[in-house]
Amino acid sequence: MALDTLMLTEQTFDEEIQSSETLVLVDFWAEWCGPCKMIAPVLDQIAAAHHETLRIAKINIDENLELARRFEVMSIPTLILFKDGEPQLRIIGAKGKGQLLEELRPFL
Amino acid sequence: MNDQVRDILIVGSGPAGLTAAIYSARANLHPLVIEGQPSSSSDQPGGQLMLTTDVENFPGFVDGIMGPDLMGRFRAQAERFGAEYITSKVTRCDLSSRPFRCWAPDPSTGEEHEYAAKALIVSTGARSLMLGLESERRLMGYGVSTCATCDGFFFRGHDIAVVGGGDSALEEATFLTKFADTVTVIHRRKELRASKIMQDRAYKNPKIRFLWDTVVTDVVGDTKVQGLKVRNVVTEEQSEIAVSGLFVAIGHVPNTDLFKGQLDMDENGYLITHDGSKTNVDGVFACGDVQDHTYRQAITAAGSGCMAAIDSERWLEAHGEAPADVNETPTEW
Repeated sequence: MALDTLMLTEQTFDEEIQSSETLVLVDFWAEWCGPCKMIAPVLDQIAAAHHETLRIAKINIDENLELARRFEVMSIPTLILFKDGEPQLRIIGAKGKGQLLEELRPFL
Repeated sequence: MNDQVRDILIVGSGPAGLTAAIYSARANLHPLVIEGQPSSSSDQPGGQLMLTTDVENFPGFVDGIMGPDLMGRFRAQAERFGAEYITSKVTRCDLSSRPFRCWAPDPSTGEEHEYAAKALIVSTGARSLMLGLESERRLMGYGVSTCATCDGFFFRGHDIAVVGGGDSALEEATFLTKFADTVTVIHRRKELRASKIMQDRAYKNPKIRFLWDTVVTDVVGDTKVQGLKVRNVVTEEQSEIAVSGLFVAIGHVPNTDLFKGQLDMDENGYLITHDGSKTNVDGVFACGDVQDHTYRQAITAAGSGCMAAIDSERWLEAHGEAPADVNETPTEW
């Protein structure tokens, strides 16, 4: 996992998202989700290539079900991109690096 | 442009492709595996097992093993013997002359890259069929799911539906009763295709009920699933059932579009193999679900992957194309 990946919880979510100076791509995931494991290294690569504008944040839904409910996540992996504390984009399901970058590009 | 011609190129990385990689790597054939790219449907690195939880019938794992963990082990084992991986998806192949060539986007630049090899092993597997409704696509991730193990968790206390009558449908339905209040299995016929043991398990489960002779005609809901429109195929009666989740398990289709017009297929698109893993093109071998609609098990896919590796190694030897340091099948196999 990239060194500057944020591990968010119900306690830290709002403050971290509101105070971030970069875009934050929040990854809703769980240990038992195969596709979540598949995209984890892809997210690390994207974070490494765009570290000046983007950070990755992880929300373990087993431990933070309220956050999943709040954002109406019903499928994982779900990625939500936040800018200035506001959700900008939602990507549902595992995708390859090229497809993810294509969806993120307008914001990077 | 291709930078080198490999001995063996393996397309696909489920149990078949990775077993072929283990055997080829141990025979010093330095296989390159184009493993696919992440997806939440069933064509992704690791194959269909990446979307399952407990695998209880793979020999050697007495207490079962999680599907993604099992595939992680297959992959690491092949890597240990020198298999290399490209996390990308092949877009086209040319099997009309040797070396065989396949093209896939370079994972870092996205530019199309040519991969060439003397022998090719096709292990692209099969993917799950969907109903094909516009509403189903629109509500994907909002109650419609392709991955019961990923998404079952979100249906705690809900009423949901599973479409299908085979083993996969009943396995999903049984798994989903861990979370849902009720699971309605919707099947277009009066009897199930599933194995006896799965049927017994489902019939005994108080949370599972069956809607026979019924097809789904629409998924109802604007921003999330609120119900299904269904039609009884015998009485033609239409009705609506209230569910908040829909899981589809109506069968599989082989991933063979890449090879249309080049490799022989049956009427359902499955590759036809003969004399082990051989296809109609000399030097191209097929293994796993892409050529098997009968057994479709991890262990049979792995077994056929082993066959493809041995067949391709012998083929390379017979064509004087095996590397100089390998003259015979290692005896420790």
